[in-house]
Amino acid sequence: MINKIVQSIAEAMAGIKDGSTVLVSGFGAVGQPNVLIDGLIEQGATDLVAVANNAGVGHVGLARLMELGRVRKIICSFPRSSDPVVFETLYRTGKIELEIVPQGTLAERMHAAGAGIPAFFTATAVGTLLANGKETRQFDDGRTYVMEKSLPGDVALVEAWEADRWGNLTFKQSGRNFNPVMAMAAKLTIVQSQHIVELGDIPPENVHTPGIFVDRVLHVPYGDPSGF
Amino acid sequence: MSDSAIADFKPLSRQQMAARVARDIPEGWYVNLGIGIPTQVADHVPLEREVIFHSENGVLGMGPAPAPDKIEPWLINAGKQYVTLRKGGSYVHHADSFAMIRGGHLDLCVLGGFQVAENGDLANWATSVNDTAPAVGGAMDLAAGAKRLWVLMEHTTKDGTSKIVHRCSYPLTAVGAVKRVYTNLATLDITPEGFAIVDMAPGLSFENLQARTEAKLRPAAA
Repeated sequence: MINKIVQSIAEAMAGIKDGSTVLVSGFGAVGQPNVLIDGLIEQGATDLVAVANNAGVGHVGLARLMELGRVRKIICSFPRSSDPVVFETLYRTGKIELEIVPQGTLAERMHAAGAGIPAFFTATAVGTLLANGKETRQFDDGRTYVMEKSLPGDVALVEAWEADRWGNLTFKQSGRNFNPVMAMAAKLTIVQSQHIVELGDIPPENVHTPGIFVDRVLHVPYGDPSGF
Repeated sequence: MSDSAIADFKPLSRQQMAARVARDIPEGWYVNLGIGIPTQVADHVPLEREVIFHSENGVLGMGPAPAPDKIEPWLINAGKQYVTLRKGGSYVHHADSFAMIRGGHLDLCVLGGFQVAENGDLANWATSVNDTAPAVGGAMDLAAGAKRLWVLMEHTTKDGTSKIVHRCSYPLTAVGAVKRVYTNLATLDITPEGFAIVDMAPGLSFENLQARTEAKLRPAAA
């Protein structure tokens, strides 16, 4: 019997190695796997590359992980937030590397990784600083495109609304955001889910992320997101 | 600039700027509104004119802000404000949301700007190449991907420097992408010959507008 549901945060985070690339989902606080991020802080892996849309808020979660010196590099689209103090201090003092990626390119780089596509061409960022040093090419439509490489993760941290023991997932409203894309892009996808349901309870037509993209599920009835 | 020249006209308020843009959006368009004044455009499109608003975080068919007692904590827009979903709306993940943008499915995107140049270049994400940790978000995707890009911004900076320029001095968001600019002083089309005036704030003369604008303007067709 397949059972991807784990019983503890330690079991959920087991085996994450130093130097891992960790995909951290969420947009603002919505769909953000807060308990798994705290679990990663506790687990101890360091020298990490973090991939997230933002670069942390206040001194909690991803910001705390960075403040502890555990993140070597952050790849994100928008390193500002209501309180980006940790990131800005580390960045100003040269203690963290930053790679800025347009938000759509960030999503597509992970989507491509999940789909086995090592690189793709996009019109986004052509002629800007973010295309510096990258290959460009014109295709049949005469437009110039820039090559972007896929962005695979070693680990993805995901928050779902419902999950079953096969790892089939649903997401609530705009809590979907990066979650399905990150789930498919990582070797080890760990999910915290607000609800655990019986196999078959999610109508097949309504599965947002099928269990093939999911490795571990932890039941975390976290409640509503807050604090952006 | 003499005081009398300033007194001769009244710049549009932010509300009026947003309303001016809203007037030009027809029913049936799929539209993304950037953070800041562009977000306010939606407030001036009546619900019975069915314009479908898109937000980068995977919301298609976004409705107005909820009443304080009707907030849904899981339903925010790209500006991280609480919003609603209209009947017929849908949620998608980030790659699909940006496929809508980058695949040319949006009829219109309205962004804010630091500078717009007469060749259609837009600068709206960083104010110098040395900007510490500039934040691009989805601006480059929207600017390059939407069928039409309009910019809604003040005509000048607070100290009176023109944001309508011959060439952008700030780092670019996109090359040759802007089709039209709405400011508190005028609506300008970008044509192969540069900026062409569509309309001006009431009471503003061509000479007065040109005096506040770095780029060369062409008068409205008579």
